[in-house]
Amino acid sequence: MKDVIYTVESNEQLTENVYKMKLAGDTSAITAPGQFINIKIESLFLRRPISVFDCEDGAVTIIYKVVGTGTEKMAQMTKGQKLDCLTGLGNGFNTELSGNSPVVIGGGVGVPPMYYLAKKLREQNKNVTAILGFNKESEIFGEEDFKSLGVKTVVTTVDGSAGIKGFVTDGMKDIDYTYFYTCGPEPMLKAVYNASKTSGQFSFEERMGCGFGACMGCSCKTKYGNKRICKEGPVLVKEEIIW
Amino acid sequence: MVNTSVELSGITLSNPVIPASGTFGFGYEFAELYDINKLGTFSFKGTTKEPRFGNPTPRIAECTAGMINSVGLQNPGVEKVISEELPKLKKCFNKPVIANISGFSVDEYVYTCEKIDKEEQVGIIEVNISCPNVHGGGMSFGTSAKSAAEVTKAVKAVTTKPVYIKLSPNVTDITEIAKACEDAGADGISMINTLMGMRIDLKTKKPVVANKSGGFSGPAIFPVAVSMVYRTFEAVKIPIIGMGGVSTAENVIEMMLAGATAVQVGAANLADPYAGLKIVEALPEAMEKYGIKNLKDIIGGAH
Ligand SMILES: Cc1cc2nc3c(=O)[nH]c(=O)nc-3n(C[C@H](O)[C@H](O)[C@H](O)COP(=O)(O)OP(=O)(O)OC[C@H]3O[C@@H](n4cnc5c(N)ncnc54)[C@H](O)[C@@H]3O)c2cc1C
Ligand SMILES: Cc1cc2nc3c(=O)[nH]c(=O)nc-3n(C[C@H](O)[C@H](O)[C@H](O)COP(=O)(O)O)c2cc1C
Ligand code: FES
Repeated sequence: MKDVIYTVESNEQLTENVYKMKLAGDTSAITAPGQFINIKIESLFLRRPISVFDCEDGAVTIIYKVVGTGTEKMAQMTKGQKLDCLTGLGNGFNTELSGNSPVVIGGGVGVPPMYYLAKKLREQNKNVTAILGFNKESEIFGEEDFKSLGVKTVVTTVDGSAGIKGFVTDGMKDIDYTYFYTCGPEPMLKAVYNASKTSGQFSFEERMGCGFGACMGCSCKTKYGNKRICKEGPVLVKEEIIW
Repeated sequence: MVNTSVELSGITLSNPVIPASGTFGFGYEFAELYDINKLGTFSFKGTTKEPRFGNPTPRIAECTAGMINSVGLQNPGVEKVISEELPKLKKCFNKPVIANISGFSVDEYVYTCEKIDKEEQVGIIEVNISCPNVHGGGMSFGTSAKSAAEVTKAVKAVTTKPVYIKLSPNVTDITEIAKACEDAGADGISMINTLMGMRIDLKTKKPVVANKSGGFSGPAIFPVAVSMVYRTFEAVKIPIIGMGGVSTAENVIEMMLAGATAVQVGAANLADPYAGLKIVEALPEAMEKYGIKNLKDIIGGAH
């Protein structure tokens, strides 16, 4: 973990309420895809946890949905503004277990961490498929980013306005994969758990106090003992999850 | 040069800044960020006889200038604290630590305090009496002078180290409880624990935390804490560790003027993991600004 003062480099609107923000500054603490940063927002007491969408030397990019006070304030930020973030939080995904043809499955704002993961898997020359689930066509983001990595990209929408009609699990049906990684709302994670044919890793969300392991605000029970979503998570392996 | 040192029951602290129980784990994780020996000391996570998972999640809610937590004393139990947590702490901390202890019956307090008292690293035992008393109809030990005194007396009988009783602010007259603890043999008072609070989510129209209510703390409660410390200082002779909303060196000075001998910092550590260190480092300058040479001299100075 490292406390870094970033400079907003860009903050663009992707869909009606989803934004992409690029932050310039030290990224040395970000060591694995699936990690998150915890953002201090002026006048709010608790920080806001957001996953790493992409990371390079000297810049981290996040994608966030406006759902409340904090994310509303983020949407108003402009180039040049400073942002105090705790970086490199959480365990992140383990890419070594992926086999040759992993599938990454993201739903809604669970899509962002899958991009940095897919990028890392591609760097290891893995044959990656991405399944991206949204409610409707107008909410889709990130599809081109995945494609440009050379990832086979399948989109599903609940209302059928784009891609396969249905849920991410409908996208999983016709795919052969050696391992899976997923992030999204909990009902989706559970559906993926039940539909999956291999082992895999799940990224969970919980309301956080600190985001770095100090408060026990985010604990969950697993078959391997109690874990803090912010520290021993947010990624849990399929075998340890208790629903 | 200013002198920031203070003394708690014969233990000299290089400065009065102490991260509060529940916001600093068992310390060693913060030692990856900075040298925690720079702190006065710290109070470790509330420890009970048995391991506890605590309350269901969500356990956290945002408030204006503060937060609500309903962690529910998650801890590995006193045996594991002694066999696993304290050895890890020993590697990075060479000061006497404050052991924060909770229980749901007098027997549990006695059991846990007696065990922890034997640990060399423990300097002070801080007995949190804010938990519900399972034998007393679920009312917190800290809400009645009688049960507060009962716990104090029982713990004092089995311990050799200074015992500080940590008081709940959720009472009609905190000074009455403080006096009862003093009369029962307490070596000091820690105050205040969190205030009872609730947030309701307008979208779901239900309380944000699963346990419905939780403990409210952070900068918003600072004036409440200062007032309670001020009044308790007039009611008892034993030292007070003051806390509630402290997040700056100025807050430390203010709390000490109200009557605190040392000061704990809770929620501020969660918003900023370096909060404790920053306060320690800012203290000399703040003292100079307000013409304070020797921090000890200002304790209770507002009276
Ligand atoms: C590990 C992790 C990674 C995340 N990654 C992303 C991401 O990449 N993109 C994205 O859009 N969102 C992500 N979220 C969810 C995001 O943290 C919340 O949407 C955000 O905190 C809401 O803040 P707010 O002030 O707008 O909402 P408010 O409802 O006003 O927030 C009030 C409080 O509730 C907390 N809170 C509200 N919703 C959530 C939630 N779903 N999970 C955790 N805490 C919440 C806030 O942090 C804050 O403390 C992630 C959450 C976690 C735990
Ligand atoms: C997340 C959290 C966990 C806490 N856990 C404990 C605990 O285990 N034992 C205890 O005596 N107090 C506990 N407290 C109370 C604090 O030690 C402190 O008394 C209170 O929060 C007021 O200080 P603050 O406003 O600086 O946070 C906890 C507080 C928070 C925020
Ligand atoms: S949010 Fe504090 S321990 Fe996870």
